[in-house]
Amino acid sequence: MSDSAGTAPHYTRPLLPTPFHERARALSQVDSFVPWAGYTTVDVFTNAGQEYFAIRNACSVYDLTPMVKYRIAGPDAGRYLNRLVTRDLRKLRVNRVSYCVWCNDAGNIIDDGTVFRLGETEYRLCTAERQLDWLLDSAIGFDVQLSEVTEEIAALALQGPTSCAVLKKLGVTGIERLKPFEFSCFDATGMRLMISRTGFTGDLGYELWADPRQANQLWDALMTAGRSRGIRAIGSRALNMARIEAGFLMPNIDFVSAEGTVRVGTSRSPLELGLGWLVDFDKGHFTGRRALQEQMRQGLQRQLIGLDIAGNKPAANALLYADRKGQREIGSVTSAMWSPTCKRNIALAMVDAPHFAMGTTMWAEVYLSRELVWERRMCKAQVVDKPFFAPERRRVTPPGDF
Amino acid sequence: MTRESEQYDAIVIGAGHNGLVAACYLARAGLSVQVLERNPHIGGAAVSRQLYQNFTYSNCSYVCSLLRPEIMRTLELPRFGLQIIPYDGGCTMMQGGGHLALYDNHDALRREIARHSKRDAEAYDRFARDMIRQCKFIKPLLMREPPDPTSFKPRDIRELLYLGGHFNRLGEERMYDTLRFWTMSIADFLDEYFESEIVKAHMAGSAIIGTALGPRSPGTAYVLLHHYMGDIDDTVGAWGFARGGMGAVTKALAASLQASGGTIRASAPVERILVRNGRSVGVALADGEEIKARLVLSNMDVKRTFLETVEASELSGDFLRRVRNFKIRGSSGKLNIALDGLPTFPAIPAGSPSTRGDMHVTDTIEMMERAYDDWKDGAWSRAPYIDMLIPSQIDPTMAPDGKHYMSVFVQYCPYQLASGPWDAAKRQAFGDTVIDTIARHSPDFKSLILHAEVRTPFDLENEVGLTEGNIFQGELTFDQLLFNRPIPGCAQYRTPLRGLYLCGSTTHPGGGVMGAPGANAARAVLRDLRLAAT
Ligand SMILES: Cc1cc2nc3c(=O)[nH]c(=O)nc-3n(C[C@H](O)[C@H](O)[C@H](O)COP(=O)(O)OP(=O)(O)OC[C@H]3O[C@@H](n4cnc5c(N)ncnc54)[C@H](O)[C@@H]3O)c2cc1C
Repeated sequence: MSDSAGTAPHYTRPLLPTPFHERARALSQVDSFVPWAGYTTVDVFTNAGQEYFAIRNACSVYDLTPMVKYRIAGPDAGRYLNRLVTRDLRKLRVNRVSYCVWCNDAGNIIDDGTVFRLGETEYRLCTAERQLDWLLDSAIGFDVQLSEVTEEIAALALQGPTSCAVLKKLGVTGIERLKPFEFSCFDATGMRLMISRTGFTGDLGYELWADPRQANQLWDALMTAGRSRGIRAIGSRALNMARIEAGFLMPNIDFVSAEGTVRVGTSRSPLELGLGWLVDFDKGHFTGRRALQEQMRQGLQRQLIGLDIAGNKPAANALLYADRKGQREIGSVTSAMWSPTCKRNIALAMVDAPHFAMGTTMWAEVYLSRELVWERRMCKAQVVDKPFFAPERRRVTPPGDF
Repeated sequence: MTRESEQYDAIVIGAGHNGLVAACYLARAGLSVQVLERNPHIGGAAVSRQLYQNFTYSNCSYVCSLLRPEIMRTLELPRFGLQIIPYDGGCTMMQGGGHLALYDNHDALRREIARHSKRDAEAYDRFARDMIRQCKFIKPLLMREPPDPTSFKPRDIRELLYLGGHFNRLGEERMYDTLRFWTMSIADFLDEYFESEIVKAHMAGSAIIGTALGPRSPGTAYVLLHHYMGDIDDTVGAWGFARGGMGAVTKALAASLQASGGTIRASAPVERILVRNGRSVGVALADGEEIKARLVLSNMDVKRTFLETVEASELSGDFLRRVRNFKIRGSSGKLNIALDGLPTFPAIPAGSPSTRGDMHVTDTIEMMERAYDDWKDGAWSRAPYIDMLIPSQIDPTMAPDGKHYMSVFVQYCPYQLASGPWDAAKRQAFGDTVIDTIARHSPDFKSLILHAEVRTPFDLENEVGLTEGNIFQGELTFDQLLFNRPIPGCAQYRTPLRGLYLCGSTTHPGGGVMGAPGANAARAVLRDLRLAAT
């Protein structure tokens, strides 16, 4: 794969290798790759459980390159983005990052992502899915230049309690002063790196943005620097565990982009997804504002909430009921797992009003295979606070040396 | 149930796929059914014939998608040998030598379109989404009898409420989209999604197939949808081959019909539908034989049925005027070609599967519109739009090993030439135009040709019985759809003559090898007889 993947035509090999593919390929023990935004990426290197503990116990490296990146520049770039997303970006300073969502006119989410302010009139938008079409249409009336730069930037997520220490060892001087949602450029071991204190794990961590030509050099340097700090390459399975604990949403798992839905009533608003804190009605107009205000006024019909479920079997895709007999259906689980760190059976779920209120109890219909003998269990579940796991270290500056 | 003087409960005129579908449903409900077919072979426009050695041609229709799965299932067509195999791929070869291919794999497709426009590569998802949204709306309407909006019969009101409720569930915004979709030109419609000429040209093809309209004519966007609303095994918009050619569809239907007691007579052209006291009582064949039946279903189009097969004195003048005004202009030709080997297409890179699907050579909307201009002038297009497939790459039964069968659908070709009547020389010249068009993209193509069947709209009328050669038994324009198909007041398969029903593509929901008109007609008959459909 490593030799032909880069040059083979798209009709024989539709997925592209990332700049880190050669290194990842070499470390992959179980040959488990999955497609992500047109690239082939590692799902599991060796064992998802052990990879997960690298995130929570030491330091993990995750190839983030397929994250779709857009460069947005021009005199109206700030105004453009502020009208696009629901959050107030006027306050976003240079060298800061903001987590945002954006909606269609009906107030339903198209995607979430991060906005990096690179300069006075230059931004970078990172998203999980491609949306050049939407972004260009949104540029009508604004003096902005928009281009996709995904292939020009190699990216790695370095996450876990020892991540700061590893970067220090790599020679990134001053990294300990970087605050959450801040980024800066550094020179280390002959490379120019942009590093942001961001991530998808809810833990202490950083994201490294580099020239793809230096991908191998960066990977090797990190692995060497982190050897004594338990550094480990992880796949998306382990990352997914961490993000559920952190209460982060995954497109196409916890919601479907309103641009992609074909059925009526399957799109979700940020309010319904529990992201009301990202919606700022005071900042002026933005796409979807009127619909969201109307939704605020009428009250929510459903909301995404966190659940704590009895037993230890993950309630993946379980239907939820108000009663134990399972006669009144009130929603369904979107993401579920046994949390190894919290020692709780947790889930994210979309639940109808009024059952999404904190503390409400309900019943999850869980199917269990006992050596292929299937059993149906009604498991008691309770609406609880998210995130399920939020260690202090994610915020502390300078981070301690764990 | 048959009265003494009646030999059958029902006669079906025409063994096209819709006639056979209707016959199957009636026979399954316990009626004695006789199908009468003019030609020595059955199938109408869904037929497979061997005209040259061991090559099998899908002489008319050539790809399958629209055939309703509920019909295949109820009539047990797979048990009677029907198999539909999806194909992937498809491409448009450009005049300058480039190409655009379509691939099943989403990432391959995105990268392919991105070679022409990065933006279009992503706009394609929005396009596909909107097509699926509209298909979801239209699909439930296919297997229903369209309501008469002026009637106060409970069933009509119920159906109108269904239609209304259906619209309602769409949500306000999508309702606007639906109306735009049903009335726009494909060129305007595609401009709302794509910037690249080649992408637009490729997508526009299905919107002009079989129409007497150009890509800039309002109403063509709907025709695209008409070609999208089928599915294969739940993949919306997917097209495939019937194993053994499109005749496999009618062959399986015939077997299913015979298994439930129905009979088919070929070489039995109906000359007259017999009418007594405003009621059809049977038919008379060309040789004078009369066959009596309580019910008559006509698989012929509405014009052929009422202008040629029923005594005018039995119908009102107003009705006949509407029948005469029904638009059924033919615009398509067809070539079926036996090839000594697989032709090469230098524009397509080696290893690309895109030649296994539908191939085209029209790379701009402008070129398509110019092809239409020729038709308006009463000539076949000098640079025609072609929909070209080589089914033998996928279906091994179509040609001897190592040889290939190519199906070429041609748009536009007139029914009446400005230069005078069609004759053998003109047909030959039309065929040569198409062959030269293909040869421009395939240097070895001509040398591989063993045999070619060339069919003009004039031939389609004479050989298949499609008036003016219109492939859909009537144009698919909004004025002739739903409760206006074929004509207002005659849209529920029933006719002004009691006991006479229409069951062909001339009725809702229209043309294509879909089976829905036949199934809906049978349901209308059974409802009138107060029998339940199975
Ligand atoms: C060239 C061409 C290509 C096409 N390509 C496709 C395609 O790829 N996919 C697709 O889905 N659709 C395609 N179509 C459309 C589709 O084939 C037709 O819409 C459909 O087959 C019509 O079926 P039908 O049963 O309604 O009528 P028909 O098939 O027209 O059947 C009518 C039958 O009645 C018989 N008949 C007529 N008069 C008499 C009489 N007086 N007495 C006894 N019998 C009579 C005829 O011989 C015929 O068998 C194509 C059509 C053509 C012509």
